[in-house]
Amino acid sequence: MAQNSIRKVALSEASGTSPSAASRTLIEIQNLSLYYGSNRALKDISLDISERVVTAFIGPSGCGKSTLLRCLNRMNDLIDGVRVEGTVRIAGQDINSRDIDVIELRKRVGMVFQKSNPFPKSIYENVAYGLRLQGISKRSELNEKIERSLRQAALWDEVKDRLHTSGLGLSGGQQQRLCIARAIAIQPDILLMDEPASALDPIATARIEDLILELKKEFTIVIVTHNMQQAARVSDFTAFFYLGELIETGATSRIFTNPAQKRTEDYVTGRFG
Amino acid sequence: MQAGESIPVRPFRAARFDWQSFFGRGATGVATLLIVAILAVILGNIILHGAGSVSWRFVTTGTAADMFDAGKAGIFPMIFGTTARVLLMTILVMPVGVLTAIYLTEYARLHSPFTRLVRGAVNNLAGVPSIVFGLFGAGFFVQFLGQHMDAVIHGQQAATVWGKPALVWASATLAVMTLPVVIVATEEALRAIPQGLREASLALGATKLQTIFKVVFPQALPGIMTGAILAISRAAGEVAPILFTGAAYYMADLPGSLHDQFMDLGYHVFILSTQSPDVRRTEPLLYATVFVLLVLTFSLNIAAIFVRASIRRKMRMLH
Repeated sequence: MAQNSIRKVALSEASGTSPSAASRTLIEIQNLSLYYGSNRALKDISLDISERVVTAFIGPSGCGKSTLLRCLNRMNDLIDGVRVEGTVRIAGQDINSRDIDVIELRKRVGMVFQKSNPFPKSIYENVAYGLRLQGISKRSELNEKIERSLRQAALWDEVKDRLHTSGLGLSGGQQQRLCIARAIAIQPDILLMDEPASALDPIATARIEDLILELKKEFTIVIVTHNMQQAARVSDFTAFFYLGELIETGATSRIFTNPAQKRTEDYVTGRFG
Repeated sequence: MQAGESIPVRPFRAARFDWQSFFGRGATGVATLLIVAILAVILGNIILHGAGSVSWRFVTTGTAADMFDAGKAGIFPMIFGTTARVLLMTILVMPVGVLTAIYLTEYARLHSPFTRLVRGAVNNLAGVPSIVFGLFGAGFFVQFLGQHMDAVIHGQQAATVWGKPALVWASATLAVMTLPVVIVATEEALRAIPQGLREASLALGATKLQTIFKVVFPQALPGIMTGAILAISRAAGEVAPILFTGAAYYMADLPGSLHDQFMDLGYHVFILSTQSPDVRRTEPLLYATVFVLLVLTFSLNIAAIFVRASIRRKMRMLH
Protein backbone atom coordinates (compact mmCIF):
# COMPACT_ATOMS: atom_id res chain seq x y z
CA MET A 1 0.00 0.00 0.00
CA ALA A 2 1.05 3.50 -0.74
CA GLN A 3 0.80 4.65 2.85
CA ASN A 4 2.84 1.77 4.12
CA SER A 5 5.62 2.55 1.72
CA ILE A 6 5.58 6.19 2.80
CA ARG A 7 5.83 5.10 6.37
CA LYS A 8 8.80 2.85 5.69
CA VAL A 9 10.60 5.53 3.78
CA ALA A 10 9.95 8.00 6.50
CA LEU A 11 11.12 5.75 9.28
CA SER A 12 14.29 4.66 7.56
CA GLU A 13 15.06 8.25 6.83
CA ALA A 14 14.27 9.18 10.39
CA SER A 15 16.53 6.56 11.82
CA GLY A 16 19.34 8.20 9.91
CA THR A 17 18.70 11.70 11.16
CA SER A 18 17.17 11.37 14.60
CA PRO A 19 19.30 11.45 17.71
CA SER A 20 17.20 8.57 19.02
CA ALA A 21 18.40 6.37 16.22
CA ALA A 22 18.55 3.28 18.39
CA SER A 23 15.01 3.54 19.74
CA ARG A 24 12.78 0.64 18.87
CA THR A 25 9.13 0.63 17.93
CA LEU A 26 6.83 0.56 20.94
CA ILE A 27 3.43 1.15 19.38
CA GLU A 28 2.40 -0.44 16.09
CA ILE A 29 -0.85 0.69 14.56
CA GLN A 30 -1.99 -1.45 11.65
CA ASN A 31 -4.86 -0.74 9.28
CA LEU A 32 -6.81 0.96 12.04
CA SER A 33 -10.27 2.23 11.20
CA LEU A 34 -12.70 3.71 13.68
CA TYR A 35 -16.41 4.28 13.21
CA TYR A 36 -18.78 6.51 15.15
CA GLY A 37 -21.93 4.66 14.20
CA SER A 38 -21.72 4.63 10.43
CA ASN A 39 -19.33 7.56 10.23
CA ARG A 40 -15.76 6.45 9.56
CA ALA A 41 -13.57 8.77 11.61
CA LEU A 42 -10.25 7.01 11.06
CA LYS A 43 -9.43 5.43 7.74
CA ASP A 44 -7.01 2.55 7.56
CA ILE A 45 -4.24 4.10 9.62
CA SER A 46 -0.89 2.35 9.82
CA LEU A 47 1.81 3.94 11.91
CA ASP A 48 4.72 2.92 14.10
CA ILE A 49 5.66 4.97 17.14
CA SER A 50 9.12 4.70 18.62
CA GLU A 51 10.16 4.42 22.21
CA ARG A 52 11.38 7.45 24.20
CA VAL A 53 10.83 10.02 21.53
CA VAL A 54 8.11 12.57 21.09
CA THR A 55 5.68 11.86 18.29
CA ALA A 56 3.32 14.66 17.30
CA PHE A 57 -0.05 14.19 15.62
CA ILE A 58 -0.92 17.29 13.63
CA GLY A 59 -3.74 18.21 11.31
CA PRO A 60 -6.78 20.45 11.06
CA SER A 61 -9.73 20.11 13.46
CA GLY A 62 -11.75 16.97 12.93
CA CYS A 63 -8.92 15.11 11.20
CA GLY A 64 -9.05 12.31 13.76
CA LYS A 65 -5.81 13.00 15.61
CA SER A 66 -7.39 13.06 19.07
CA THR A 67 -9.53 10.06 18.22
CA LEU A 68 -6.42 8.11 17.27
CA LEU A 69 -4.70 9.18 20.48
CA ARG A 70 -7.65 7.91 22.50
CA CYS A 71 -7.38 4.56 20.72
CA LEU A 72 -4.01 4.07 22.39
CA ASN A 73 -5.45 3.81 25.91
CA ARG A 74 -8.92 2.76 24.78
CA MET A 75 -10.63 5.89 26.07
CA ASN A 76 -12.96 5.52 23.10
CA ASP A 77 -14.49 2.56 24.93
CA LEU A 78 -16.41 5.15 26.94
CA ILE A 79 -18.25 6.44 23.91
CA ASP A 80 -21.38 4.65 22.76
CA GLY A 81 -21.40 3.35 19.22
CA VAL A 82 -17.66 3.39 18.57
CA ARG A 83 -16.30 0.44 16.60
CA VAL A 84 -12.65 -0.22 15.87
CA GLU A 85 -11.14 -2.34 13.10
CA GLY A 86 -7.49 -3.18 12.66
CA THR A 87 -4.94 -3.61 15.39
CA VAL A 88 -2.97 -1.51 17.85
CA ARG A 89 -0.01 -3.30 19.38
CA ILE A 90 1.88 -1.94 22.34
CA ALA A 91 5.10 -3.83 23.07
CA GLY A 92 3.82 -6.51 20.75
CA GLN A 93 0.44 -7.06 22.42
CA ASP A 94 -2.86 -6.34 20.74
CA ILE A 95 -4.49 -3.90 23.18
CA ASN A 96 -7.97 -4.45 21.75
CA SER A 97 -7.76 -8.16 22.43
CA ARG A 98 -10.19 -9.59 24.96
CA ASP A 99 -7.26 -10.90 26.98
CA ILE A 100 -5.97 -7.40 27.71
CA ASP A 101 -7.12 -5.82 30.97
CA VAL A 102 -8.03 -2.26 30.03
CA ILE A 103 -7.37 -1.07 33.60
CA GLU A 104 -3.80 -2.37 33.40
CA LEU A 105 -3.45 -0.83 29.93
CA ARG A 106 -4.43 2.61 31.22
CA LYS A 107 -1.97 2.32 34.10
CA ARG A 108 0.78 1.85 31.54
CA VAL A 109 -0.51 4.40 29.04
CA GLY A 110 -1.06 7.65 30.88
CA MET A 111 -3.00 10.59 29.52
CA VAL A 112 -3.03 14.36 29.87
CA PHE A 113 -6.14 16.06 28.58
CA GLN A 114 -6.75 19.23 26.63
CA LYS A 115 -8.71 20.83 29.43
CA SER A 116 -6.80 20.50 32.67
CA ASN A 117 -8.92 18.38 34.96
CA PRO A 118 -7.50 18.17 38.47
CA PHE A 119 -9.78 16.48 40.96
CA PRO A 120 -11.45 18.83 43.44
CA LYS A 121 -9.04 17.50 46.03
CA SER A 122 -5.77 18.77 47.46
CA ILE A 123 -2.63 18.92 45.34
CA TYR A 124 -1.27 16.03 47.38
CA GLU A 125 -4.38 13.90 46.91
CA ASN A 126 -4.47 14.59 43.19
CA VAL A 127 -1.07 12.99 42.73
CA ALA A 128 -1.79 10.31 45.35
CA TYR A 129 -4.96 9.20 43.54
CA GLY A 130 -3.35 6.89 41.00
CA LEU A 131 -0.82 5.65 43.56
CA ARG A 132 -3.57 4.72 46.00
CA LEU A 133 -5.37 2.87 43.20
CA GLN A 134 -2.26 0.74 42.92
CA GLY A 135 -2.55 -0.10 46.59
CA ILE A 136 0.20 2.18 47.84
CA SER A 137 -0.88 3.50 51.23
CA LYS A 138 2.31 3.90 53.22
CA ARG A 139 2.72 7.58 53.99
CA SER A 140 6.49 7.67 53.47
CA GLU A 141 6.22 5.93 50.10
CA LEU A 142 3.40 8.22 49.00
CA ASN A 143 5.31 11.31 50.13
CA GLU A 144 8.40 10.26 48.27
CA LYS A 145 6.62 9.38 45.03
CA ILE A 146 4.50 12.52 45.13
CA GLU A 147 7.52 14.74 45.64
CA ARG A 148 9.36 13.05 42.80
CA SER A 149 6.40 13.39 40.42
CA LEU A 150 5.88 17.03 41.28
CA ARG A 151 9.60 17.71 40.81
CA GLN A 152 9.52 15.91 37.47
CA ALA A 153 6.54 18.01 36.44
CA ALA A 154 8.48 21.16 37.43
CA LEU A 155 5.82 22.07 39.94
CA TRP A 156 7.39 21.13 43.27
CA ASP A 157 8.97 24.48 44.11
CA GLU A 158 5.70 26.30 43.50
CA VAL A 159 3.49 24.01 45.57
CA LYS A 160 5.67 22.37 48.21
CA ASP A 161 4.36 24.71 50.92
CA ARG A 162 0.72 24.18 50.05
CA LEU A 163 0.42 20.53 49.15
CA HIS A 164 -2.75 20.21 51.17
CA THR A 165 -4.63 23.06 49.55
CA SER A 166 -7.00 22.55 46.66
CA GLY A 167 -5.58 21.70 43.25
CA LEU A 168 -8.25 23.97 41.82
CA GLY A 169 -6.55 26.98 43.45
CA LEU A 170 -3.63 26.74 41.03
CA SER A 171 -3.25 28.76 37.82
CA GLY A 172 -4.18 27.15 34.51
CA GLY A 173 -0.59 26.25 33.66
CA GLN A 174 0.07 24.91 37.15
CA GLN A 175 -3.10 22.84 36.98
CA GLN A 176 -1.94 21.27 33.74
CA ARG A 177 1.46 20.49 35.25
CA LEU A 178 -0.36 18.97 38.22
CA CYS A 179 -2.25 16.75 35.79
CA ILE A 180 1.09 15.76 34.24
CA ALA A 181 2.51 15.00 37.70
CA ARG A 182 -0.58 12.92 38.43
CA ALA A 183 -0.18 11.01 35.19
CA ILE A 184 3.54 10.27 35.61
CA ALA A 185 3.26 9.40 39.32
CA ILE A 186 2.17 5.88 38.44
CA GLN A 187 5.13 5.60 36.05
CA PRO A 188 3.45 4.72 32.79
CA ASP A 189 5.51 3.63 29.79
CA ILE A 190 3.68 5.96 27.46
CA LEU A 191 2.29 9.44 28.02
CA LEU A 192 -0.50 10.62 25.73
CA MET A 193 -1.02 14.37 25.61
CA ASP A 194 -4.14 15.72 23.94
CA GLU A 195 -3.40 19.37 23.09
CA PRO A 196 -2.00 19.90 26.60
CA ALA A 197 -1.20 23.57 26.10
CA SER A 198 -4.06 24.74 23.91
CA ALA A 199 -5.78 26.58 26.75
CA LEU A 200 -2.62 28.17 28.16
CA ASP A 201 -0.85 31.48 27.67
CA PRO A 202 2.53 31.55 25.85
CA ILE A 203 4.63 31.47 29.03
CA ALA A 204 2.74 28.54 30.54
CA THR A 205 2.91 26.84 27.14
CA ALA A 206 6.67 27.26 27.02
CA ARG A 207 6.97 25.63 30.44
CA ILE A 208 4.90 22.66 29.32
CA GLU A 209 7.05 22.33 26.19
CA ASP A 210 10.26 22.39 28.23
CA LEU A 211 8.72 19.76 30.44
CA ILE A 212 7.91 17.54 27.47
CA LEU A 213 11.53 17.67 26.32
CA GLU A 214 12.59 16.69 29.84
CA LEU A 215 10.03 13.88 30.15
CA LYS A 216 10.91 12.19 26.89
CA LYS A 217 14.07 10.88 28.51
CA GLU A 218 11.88 8.60 30.55
CA PHE A 219 8.59 8.26 28.71
CA THR A 220 7.38 7.64 25.20
CA ILE A 221 5.29 10.68 24.44
CA VAL A 222 2.56 11.08 21.86
CA ILE A 223 1.23 14.60 21.63
CA VAL A 224 -1.70 15.93 19.67
CA THR A 225 -1.37 19.57 18.77
CA HIS A 226 -2.94 22.03 16.40
CA ASN A 227 0.01 24.30 16.91
CA MET A 228 2.60 23.55 14.24
CA GLN A 229 5.34 25.56 15.90
CA GLN A 230 4.78 23.46 18.97
CA ALA A 231 5.05 20.24 16.99
CA ALA A 232 8.24 21.54 15.42
CA ARG A 233 9.70 22.52 18.78
CA VAL A 234 8.95 19.44 20.85
CA SER A 235 8.60 16.44 18.57
CA ASP A 236 11.07 14.08 16.94
CA PHE A 237 8.51 12.53 14.64
CA THR A 238 5.38 14.01 13.15
CA ALA A 239 2.31 12.39 11.67
CA PHE A 240 0.02 14.56 9.58
CA PHE A 241 -3.66 13.65 9.42
CA TYR A 242 -6.37 14.96 7.16
CA LEU A 243 -10.03 13.91 7.19
CA GLY A 244 -9.32 10.72 9.09
CA GLU A 245 -6.42 9.66 6.93
CA LEU A 246 -2.76 9.54 7.75
CA ILE A 247 -1.25 11.61 4.95
CA GLU A 248 2.38 11.58 5.86
CA THR A 249 4.71 10.69 8.67
CA GLY A 250 8.40 11.09 9.28
CA ALA A 251 11.08 12.94 11.17
CA THR A 252 9.72 16.29 12.27
CA SER A 253 12.59 18.17 10.64
CA ARG A 254 11.78 16.62 7.29
CA ILE A 255 8.01 17.01 7.53
CA PHE A 256 8.44 20.71 8.13
CA THR A 257 11.20 21.37 5.62
CA ASN A 258 10.72 18.85 2.89
CA PRO A 259 7.28 17.19 2.98
CA ALA A 260 6.66 14.53 0.36
CA GLN A 261 2.96 15.25 0.02
CA LYS A 262 1.42 18.42 -1.35
CA ARG A 263 -1.30 18.46 1.35
CA THR A 264 1.31 18.25 4.10
CA GLU A 265 3.21 21.12 2.59
CA ASP A 266 0.04 23.21 2.27
CA TYR A 267 -0.82 22.55 5.91
CA VAL A 268 2.58 23.12 7.50
CA THR A 269 3.08 26.29 5.51
CA GLY A 270 -0.30 27.54 6.70
CA ARG A 271 -2.09 27.47 3.40
CA PHE A 272 -5.09 25.72 4.96
CA GLY A 273 -6.21 24.32 8.29
CA MET B 1 -11.07 74.40 14.01
CA GLN B 2 -13.56 76.34 12.02
CA ALA B 3 -17.15 76.60 13.16
CA GLY B 4 -18.47 75.77 9.71
CA GLU B 5 -16.87 72.33 9.74
CA SER B 6 -18.35 71.09 12.99
CA ILE B 7 -20.94 68.35 12.88
CA PRO B 8 -24.48 69.72 13.32
CA VAL B 9 -25.85 69.01 16.80
CA ARG B 10 -28.81 66.67 16.82
CA PRO B 11 -30.76 67.01 20.10
CA PHE B 12 -31.50 63.88 22.14
CA ARG B 13 -35.10 62.92 22.49
CA ALA B 14 -36.59 63.84 25.85
CA ALA B 15 -37.01 60.97 28.28
CA ARG B 16 -40.53 59.61 28.35
CA PHE B 17 -42.24 57.61 31.03
CA ASP B 18 -41.04 54.00 30.77
CA TRP B 19 -44.34 52.08 30.72
CA GLN B 20 -42.67 48.77 30.01
CA SER B 21 -40.52 48.89 33.11
CA PHE B 22 -43.46 50.14 35.10
CA PHE B 23 -45.64 47.18 34.14
CA GLY B 24 -42.80 44.69 34.32
CA ARG B 25 -41.78 45.70 37.78
CA GLY B 26 -45.39 46.22 38.83
CA ALA B 27 -46.78 42.84 37.72
CA THR B 28 -43.86 40.77 39.01
CA GLY B 29 -43.72 42.76 42.24
CA VAL B 30 -47.42 42.36 42.98
CA ALA B 31 -47.20 38.59 42.40
CA THR B 32 -44.26 38.36 44.78
CA LEU B 33 -46.01 40.48 47.35
CA LEU B 34 -49.07 38.21 47.13
CA ILE B 35 -46.98 35.15 47.94
CA VAL B 36 -45.29 36.86 50.85
CA ALA B 37 -48.64 38.07 52.13
CA ILE B 38 -50.25 34.62 51.94
CA LEU B 39 -47.30 33.05 53.72
CA ALA B 40 -47.35 35.76 56.35
CA VAL B 41 -51.07 35.29 56.99
CA ILE B 42 -50.76 31.50 57.32
CA LEU B 43 -47.68 31.56 59.52
CA GLY B 44 -48.84 34.60 61.47
CA ASN B 45 -52.22 33.01 62.19
CA ILE B 46 -50.64 29.77 63.38
CA ILE B 47 -47.92 31.41 65.43
CA LEU B 48 -50.31 33.93 66.98
CA HIS B 49 -52.89 31.32 68.01
CA GLY B 50 -50.63 28.31 68.36
CA ALA B 51 -47.43 29.39 70.04
CA GLY B 52 -49.24 30.53 73.19
CA SER B 53 -50.84 27.14 73.73
CA VAL B 54 -47.60 25.22 73.40
CA SER B 55 -46.21 24.29 76.77
CA TRP B 56 -43.52 21.92 77.96
CA ARG B 57 -46.24 19.60 79.25
CA PHE B 58 -47.99 19.73 75.88
CA VAL B 59 -45.01 18.50 73.88
CA THR B 60 -43.76 15.95 76.42
CA THR B 61 -46.88 14.10 77.53
CA GLY B 62 -49.34 11.73 75.93
CA THR B 63 -52.94 12.29 74.90
CA ALA B 64 -54.34 11.63 78.41
CA ALA B 65 -57.93 10.57 78.92
CA ASP B 66 -59.47 13.17 76.63
CA MET B 67 -57.46 13.86 73.51
CA PHE B 68 -59.71 16.84 72.67
CA ASP B 69 -59.22 18.67 75.96
CA ALA B 70 -56.68 21.44 75.54
CA GLY B 71 -56.04 21.55 79.26
CA LYS B 72 -54.92 17.93 79.53
CA ALA B 73 -53.92 16.48 76.17
CA GLY B 74 -50.31 16.33 75.02
CA ILE B 75 -48.83 15.41 71.65
CA PHE B 76 -45.52 13.76 72.40
CA PRO B 77 -46.55 10.44 70.77
CA MET B 78 -47.41 12.29 67.55
CA ILE B 79 -44.11 14.16 67.51
CA PHE B 80 -42.37 10.86 68.07
CA GLY B 81 -44.39 9.08 65.38
CA THR B 82 -43.91 11.75 62.73
CA THR B 83 -40.17 12.05 63.43
CA ALA B 84 -39.77 8.28 63.33
CA ARG B 85 -41.63 7.83 60.04
CA VAL B 86 -39.71 10.67 58.36
CA LEU B 87 -36.31 9.39 59.49
CA LEU B 88 -37.14 5.83 58.54
CA MET B 89 -38.41 7.00 55.16
CA THR B 90 -35.13 8.86 54.59
CA ILE B 91 -33.15 5.73 55.41
CA LEU B 92 -35.27 3.74 52.94
CA VAL B 93 -35.50 6.22 50.06
CA MET B 94 -31.92 7.49 49.89
CA PRO B 95 -30.07 4.27 48.96
CA VAL B 96 -32.66 3.24 46.38
CA GLY B 97 -32.98 6.71 44.88
CA VAL B 98 -29.25 7.37 44.74
CA LEU B 99 -28.44 3.95 43.27
CA THR B 100 -31.15 4.41 40.63
CA ALA B 101 -29.76 7.83 39.70
CA ILE B 102 -26.23 6.42 39.52
CA TYR B 103 -27.47 3.67 37.23
CA LEU B 104 -29.29 6.15 34.99
CA THR B 105 -26.36 8.57 34.68
CA GLU B 106 -23.30 6.34 34.91
CA TYR B 107 -24.32 2.99 33.45
CA ALA B 108 -27.43 3.24 31.28
CA ARG B 109 -27.13 4.62 27.80
CA LEU B 110 -28.40 8.17 27.75
CA HIS B 111 -31.06 7.78 25.08
CA SER B 112 -31.82 4.09 25.05
CA PRO B 113 -35.52 3.15 25.05
CA PHE B 114 -35.07 1.56 28.48
CA THR B 115 -33.57 4.70 30.03
CA ARG B 116 -36.33 6.79 28.54
CA LEU B 117 -38.92 4.39 29.91
CA VAL B 118 -37.42 4.55 33.41
CA ARG B 119 -37.17 8.33 33.32
CA GLY B 120 -40.76 8.60 32.11
CA ALA B 121 -41.87 6.26 34.88
CA VAL B 122 -40.03 8.36 37.47
CA ASN B 123 -41.66 11.55 36.21
CA ASN B 124 -45.09 9.94 36.21
CA LEU B 125 -44.52 8.67 39.73
CA ALA B 126 -44.02 12.27 40.79
CA GLY B 127 -47.47 13.18 39.44
CA VAL B 128 -49.44 10.46 41.22
CA PRO B 129 -51.79 11.85 43.93
CA SER B 130 -50.61 10.95 47.41
CA ILE B 131 -53.82 9.14 48.36
CA VAL B 132 -53.08 6.71 45.53
CA PHE B 133 -49.71 5.99 47.15
CA GLY B 134 -51.61 5.32 50.37
CA LEU B 135 -53.81 2.76 48.63
CA PHE B 136 -50.79 1.26 46.88
CA GLY B 137 -48.96 0.96 50.19
CA ALA B 138 -51.97 -0.70 51.82
CA GLY B 139 -52.26 -3.14 48.93
CA PHE B 140 -48.61 -3.88 48.29
CA PHE B 141 -46.78 -3.44 51.58
CA VAL B 142 -49.47 -4.28 54.15
CA GLN B 143 -51.57 -6.86 52.33
CA PHE B 144 -49.07 -8.45 50.00
CA LEU B 145 -45.61 -8.09 51.52
CA GLY B 146 -46.66 -8.06 55.18
CA GLN B 147 -48.98 -11.02 54.99
CA HIS B 148 -46.50 -13.05 52.99
CA MET B 149 -43.83 -12.26 55.57
CA ASP B 150 -46.17 -13.52 58.26
CA ALA B 151 -46.84 -16.67 56.30
CA VAL B 152 -43.13 -17.29 55.86
CA ILE B 153 -42.15 -16.45 59.44
CA HIS B 154 -45.08 -17.91 61.34
CA GLY B 155 -46.20 -20.62 58.97
CA GLN B 156 -49.73 -21.88 59.55
CA GLN B 157 -50.26 -20.21 62.93
CA ALA B 158 -51.86 -17.30 61.13
CA ALA B 159 -50.34 -14.68 63.43
CA THR B 160 -50.64 -11.14 62.17
CA VAL B 161 -47.42 -9.29 62.95
CA TRP B 162 -46.37 -7.65 59.71
CA GLY B 163 -49.59 -8.00 57.75
CA LYS B 164 -51.24 -4.91 59.25
CA PRO B 165 -50.60 -1.15 59.09
CA ALA B 166 -47.23 -0.38 60.66
CA LEU B 167 -44.55 2.26 61.02
CA VAL B 168 -42.32 0.49 58.51
CA TRP B 169 -45.05 0.26 55.86
CA ALA B 170 -46.00 3.91 56.25
CA SER B 171 -42.34 4.86 55.87
CA ALA B 172 -41.94 2.56 52.87
CA THR B 173 -45.01 4.11 51.23
CA LEU B 174 -43.61 7.60 51.80
CA ALA B 175 -40.28 6.41 50.42
CA VAL B 176 -41.94 5.30 47.19
CA MET B 177 -43.72 8.64 47.00
CA THR B 178 -40.51 10.68 47.45
CA LEU B 179 -38.37 8.47 45.21
CA PRO B 180 -38.74 10.74 42.14
CA VAL B 181 -37.54 13.77 44.12
CA VAL B 182 -34.39 11.97 45.23
CA ILE B 183 -33.71 10.44 41.82
CA VAL B 184 -34.11 13.73 39.95
CA ALA B 185 -31.98 15.73 42.43
CA THR B 186 -29.23 13.11 42.43
CA GLU B 187 -29.27 12.81 38.65
CA GLU B 188 -28.87 16.57 38.32
CA ALA B 189 -25.97 16.51 40.77
CA LEU B 190 -24.27 13.68 38.89
CA ARG B 191 -24.74 15.28 35.49
CA ALA B 192 -23.23 18.53 36.74
CA ILE B 193 -19.91 16.76 37.32
CA PRO B 194 -17.61 17.40 34.36
CA GLN B 195 -16.95 14.38 32.17
CA GLY B 196 -13.26 15.32 32.31
CA LEU B 197 -13.08 14.25 35.96
CA ARG B 198 -14.39 10.80 35.14
CA GLU B 199 -11.95 10.51 32.23
CA ALA B 200 -9.05 11.64 34.41
CA SER B 201 -9.84 8.93 36.92
CA LEU B 202 -10.29 6.20 34.32
CA ALA B 203 -7.11 7.25 32.53
CA LEU B 204 -5.22 6.67 35.78
CA GLY B 205 -6.35 3.07 35.81
CA ALA B 206 -9.40 3.38 38.04
CA THR B 207 -12.31 1.06 37.42
CA LYS B 208 -15.71 2.53 36.77
CA LEU B 209 -16.84 1.65 40.29
CA GLN B 210 -13.74 3.25 41.82
CA THR B 211 -14.36 6.34 39.72
CA ILE B 212 -17.96 6.54 40.91
CA PHE B 213 -17.08 6.10 44.57
CA LYS B 214 -13.90 8.17 44.77
CA VAL B 215 -14.61 11.00 42.34
CA VAL B 216 -18.23 11.18 41.26
CA PHE B 217 -20.15 10.41 44.44
CA PRO B 218 -18.24 12.74 46.83
CA GLN B 219 -18.71 15.58 44.37
CA ALA B 220 -22.42 14.91 44.09
CA LEU B 221 -23.01 14.66 47.85
CA PRO B 222 -24.32 18.22 48.39
CA GLY B 223 -26.77 17.74 45.51
CA ILE B 224 -27.84 14.40 46.95
CA MET B 225 -28.45 16.10 50.30
CA THR B 226 -30.68 18.59 48.51
CA GLY B 227 -32.68 15.60 47.34
CA ALA B 228 -32.97 14.39 50.93
CA ILE B 229 -34.11 17.82 52.08
CA LEU B 230 -36.81 17.97 49.41
CA ALA B 231 -37.96 14.45 50.25
CA ILE B 232 -38.20 15.27 53.96
CA SER B 233 -40.14 18.48 53.28
CA ARG B 234 -42.56 16.63 51.07
CA ALA B 235 -43.06 13.69 53.40
CA ALA B 236 -43.25 15.36 56.80
CA GLY B 237 -46.62 16.98 56.22
CA GLU B 238 -48.23 14.22 54.16
CA VAL B 239 -51.14 12.38 55.69
CA ALA B 240 -52.83 10.55 52.82
CA PRO B 241 -50.06 7.95 52.23
CA ILE B 242 -50.02 6.89 55.87
CA LEU B 243 -53.78 6.73 56.45
CA PHE B 244 -54.09 3.06 55.52
CA THR B 245 -50.50 2.04 56.05
CA GLY B 246 -49.59 2.89 59.62
CA ALA B 247 -51.17 5.92 61.29
CA ALA B 248 -53.35 5.19 64.30
CA TYR B 249 -56.29 7.21 65.62
CA TYR B 250 -55.26 6.53 69.17
CA MET B 251 -52.59 4.44 70.85
CA ALA B 252 -51.91 4.19 74.55
CA ASP B 253 -48.20 3.54 74.06
CA LEU B 254 -45.44 4.68 71.78
CA PRO B 255 -44.61 2.32 68.92
CA GLY B 256 -42.07 -0.18 70.23
CA SER B 257 -41.07 -1.79 66.97
CA LEU B 258 -41.21 -1.34 63.21
CA HIS B 259 -44.42 -3.34 62.94
CA ASP B 260 -46.36 -1.21 65.43
CA GLN B 261 -48.73 1.53 64.38
CA PHE B 262 -48.02 5.11 65.39
CA MET B 263 -49.77 8.40 65.96
CA ASP B 264 -48.92 11.21 63.58
CA LEU B 265 -49.05 15.00 63.86
CA GLY B 266 -50.67 15.59 60.47
CA TYR B 267 -53.26 12.89 61.01
CA HIS B 268 -53.88 14.23 64.50
CA VAL B 269 -54.64 17.65 63.04
CA PHE B 270 -57.25 15.98 60.83
CA ILE B 271 -58.71 14.12 63.83
CA LEU B 272 -58.84 17.23 66.00
CA SER B 273 -60.57 19.25 63.33
CA THR B 274 -63.18 16.67 62.36
CA GLN B 275 -63.80 14.37 65.31
CA SER B 276 -64.01 16.72 68.26
CA PRO B 277 -67.32 16.85 70.12
CA ASP B 278 -66.63 20.47 71.11
CA VAL B 279 -64.89 22.44 68.40
CA ARG B 280 -64.46 25.56 70.48
CA ARG B 281 -62.70 23.71 73.26
CA THR B 282 -60.39 21.90 70.85
CA GLU B 283 -59.38 24.96 68.84
CA PRO B 284 -56.30 26.00 70.90
CA LEU B 285 -55.16 22.39 70.78
CA LEU B 286 -55.54 22.34 67.02
CA TYR B 287 -53.53 25.51 66.56
CA ALA B 288 -50.82 24.30 68.89
CA THR B 289 -50.56 20.97 67.07
CA VAL B 290 -50.28 22.66 63.68
CA PHE B 291 -47.63 24.96 65.12
CA VAL B 292 -45.62 21.99 66.39
CA LEU B 293 -45.99 20.24 63.01
CA LEU B 294 -44.56 23.31 61.26
CA VAL B 295 -41.69 23.59 63.74
CA LEU B 296 -40.89 19.91 63.37
CA THR B 297 -40.89 20.08 59.56
CA PHE B 298 -38.61 23.13 59.65
CA SER B 299 -36.32 21.45 62.19
CA LEU B 300 -35.93 18.30 60.09
CA ASN B 301 -35.18 20.53 57.09
CA ILE B 302 -32.70 22.64 58.97
CA ALA B 303 -30.93 19.54 60.27
CA ALA B 304 -30.49 18.30 56.70
CA ILE B 305 -29.37 21.74 55.54
CA PHE B 306 -26.73 21.80 58.29
CA VAL B 307 -25.45 18.41 57.19
CA ARG B 308 -25.19 19.67 53.61
CA ALA B 309 -23.42 22.84 54.68
CA SER B 310 -20.87 20.86 56.66
CA ILE B 311 -20.20 18.61 53.64
CA ARG B 312 -19.68 21.69 51.47
CA ARG B 313 -17.36 23.22 54.05
CA LYS B 314 -15.31 20.03 54.20
CA MET B 315 -15.10 19.97 50.41
CA ARG B 316 -13.77 23.50 50.37
CA MET B 317 -11.25 23.01 53.15
CA LEU B 318 -10.17 19.63 51.84
CA HIS B 319 -8.26 16.94 53.57
